[in-house]
Amino acid sequence: MATTNGKVQLHCPVPKPETEIITLGHGSGGILTNQLLDSGVFSLFQNQYLDERHDGSVLRLNGKIAFTTDSFVISPIFFPGGNIGELAVYGTVNDLAMCGATPEFLSLGLILEEGLTMDDFRKILTAIKAAADLVGVEIVTGDTKVVERGKGDQIFINTTGIGHLHPQANISACRIRPGDKIIVNGEIASHGIAIMSVREGLAFESDIRSDTAPLHQPVLALLDAFGENIHCLRDATRGGVATVLNEITRQCPLGIDIRETDIPVQASVAGACEILGLDPLYVANEGKFLSFVAAEVAGEALALLASIPGNSQASIIGEVVATHPGQVIATSIIGGRRMVGMLPGEQLPRIC
Amino acid sequence: MCLAIPGKVEEINMIMDGTVRMAEVNFGGILKTVSLEMLPEAVVGDYVLVHVGFAIGIVDPAEAERVFGYLAEIGELEELAPGEEEK
Amino acid sequence: MKYLQEYRDPQLAQEYLREIHRITTRPWRIMEVCGGQTHSLVKNGIIEMLPEKITFIHGPGCPVCVTPRHLIDLAIYLCETAGVTLCSYGDMLRVPGGEKSLLSAKAAGADVRIVYSPLEAVKFAAEHPEKEVVFFAVGFETTAPANALSVVHAARQKLENYAILSSHVLVPPALAAILQDEECCIDGILAAGHVCTVMGFEEYFPLAAAYQVPIVVTGFEPLDLLQGILMTVRQLERGQAIVENQYARVVQKSGNIAARQAIADVFKISDRQWRGIGCIPESGLELKEAYATYDARKKYPVQMPEVNEGDTCIAGEIMKGLKKPFDCPNFGRNCKPETPLGAAMVSSEGTCAAYYHFHGDAHFSSEERSA
Repeated sequence: MATTNGKVQLHCPVPKPETEIITLGHGSGGILTNQLLDSGVFSLFQNQYLDERHDGSVLRLNGKIAFTTDSFVISPIFFPGGNIGELAVYGTVNDLAMCGATPEFLSLGLILEEGLTMDDFRKILTAIKAAADLVGVEIVTGDTKVVERGKGDQIFINTTGIGHLHPQANISACRIRPGDKIIVNGEIASHGIAIMSVREGLAFESDIRSDTAPLHQPVLALLDAFGENIHCLRDATRGGVATVLNEITRQCPLGIDIRETDIPVQASVAGACEILGLDPLYVANEGKFLSFVAAEVAGEALALLASIPGNSQASIIGEVVATHPGQVIATSIIGGRRMVGMLPGEQLPRIC
Repeated sequence: MCLAIPGKVEEINMIMDGTVRMAEVNFGGILKTVSLEMLPEAVVGDYVLVHVGFAIGIVDPAEAERVFGYLAEIGELEELAPGEEEK
Repeated sequence: MKYLQEYRDPQLAQEYLREIHRITTRPWRIMEVCGGQTHSLVKNGIIEMLPEKITFIHGPGCPVCVTPRHLIDLAIYLCETAGVTLCSYGDMLRVPGGEKSLLSAKAAGADVRIVYSPLEAVKFAAEHPEKEVVFFAVGFETTAPANALSVVHAARQKLENYAILSSHVLVPPALAAILQDEECCIDGILAAGHVCTVMGFEEYFPLAAAYQVPIVVTGFEPLDLLQGILMTVRQLERGQAIVENQYARVVQKSGNIAARQAIADVFKISDRQWRGIGCIPESGLELKEAYATYDARKKYPVQMPEVNEGDTCIAGEIMKGLKKPFDCPNFGRNCKPETPLGAAMVSSEGTCAAYYHFHGDAHFSSEERSA
């Protein structure tokens, strides 16, 4: 309250039209929420489904569809080679791709922590938009919530995706046969090391960038060319290539032999792994997948994959075997053999 | 124990009012800032062994070759003194 | 990478292996002291490629594995109850103390941070004067000078919020303790190349002579290990017991003088508990009086109860080379990397963990079936 010329004036706290940071008000459902969504979200992602401003979207789907969901939590939210925004789009797009589906529709759930700067929020939304446009996927529904400061890590994102299955797709761990070749589409371990390069206490200088990328194009190209000869596909995200291979041997149940010398790793990533004592086989990727393909088409599949931009370092890293079911065995650089097991938890940098 | 990796000294800088020598060390393309406090003799171009952010030794380029010639070396020794293995 | 890649040459590795096979006539038990060597032997599949007559005994060379439980409990107490920010090397986080690990303390809200270098911990303390920072200074002689210099840096910057929890161990006294054991059955020793980079190898001459055991200072890459094994077997087959230096590209006889000086300036030698082994006289390092204000134990005087390793864990006997992990009734059953009972199962360097990863599942699935 203040007094001017003897009159009492009420100074009510009017909501500011624009703040520099996300506040609880942005999640209240009131004016701030609407402003945030109108100016930041709806205008950016504009399409016929969102324009309805309904509680959900009505989609026309026929035939076999794939359906997947993924949540994204990452620290830091901006990292060399990308940010949580494109990660959230490509992550779900890639899960659809691994089913053999063409990504078509995405939902976008945002959980924002009070205090996230508008600037960062917009950068992330812009990255989401650019990633969705690149893939050709439409964001047709979504939700935004705000949590109190300290109850989130700046921003959490959930995306759910729907896509039609490729007509020749028949992808399942059950279809893996002894003799199948295992192809990786490029150099591994870049994402995990890029994140580590900016972590407090571990930081180092490098040109290493996250490999975050959509994988639907190489997958659809493989399916177009080789159809049912593509037995299984997996993206090697958390836990890296080694974890995916172990999961596969538990599902099929067959054994896997890999050769360390055939696993592509960028020199600087290998250097970082050496000094931090990490095994690149267990480091996370965001744009790498493993294809289990019939041996007779493996050479051609590799050539096709390597001809697609971004996949030139593709390599056949090993094969499926009937011996030692349930185990992944690596032939070391000097020809020795070791079991590549599952890690008990996150791989931690070591000194010894 | 004691993971230590060789890298190349690219640049040397003084910190803490010129009392501490720090190096930018290159490991296959990544750069880490490393203390040279234990290696007063290290110069730019040296390969140093780095453990927990400290350089602990300089790689001797001549000695580094010996592992490749050792088998030939012991072979020649045995030719000079044959039958020693049976002793 | 230069000075790494060339020591992984498959062809030369085969030539070394052929020579080792050619000259080995009798069974020999070789101990590699260092956990980094254990790791490399397992990762490269070297043990399987050696003659069956050569048995490897994995020594106590993992500073993380031999850190006693009550020290881990103290570290947990400091960050959980005393409210300090605990900085640690990554290896230490999963090792269980009396009840839990630093990783579970972190999950429950304690401020535990992984650092690559102790200088990162000093930097953190300088940038956060409002926080009390304790660095869990684990390590053998290789790491001790770095940990020592972190204290020197903190002192020069007049930081009052930095202290270290010293958990340093020394290799030669532990080796002597193992060799003294009446049941000791070790024929040859690969000494740890990086410990010797700092300390040199003069301390090993009396050990080799007294216990008539060849000691070869050995590096960590496949060719280093193969050459070290070949040098050891050559000595054994000839009845020699001398100290040799395979790792001459970085190890000098007197080690690194400046590094040894850093240790001598900051630390004094003390008796030390080794997890799984017990107390070994004069096998540890404590901060000198002059640096007492940087000693977390003096700064936060709490007495943690001594905790036994547990009746069932045989890690001590395994580290002495008296038993193999397979001799343990808990191995692979109650004791697994995700639920370790003893230290040797925790660190990726630990003998039990190395065995579990390489042979574990196969060994147990067959035995469990027959049981």
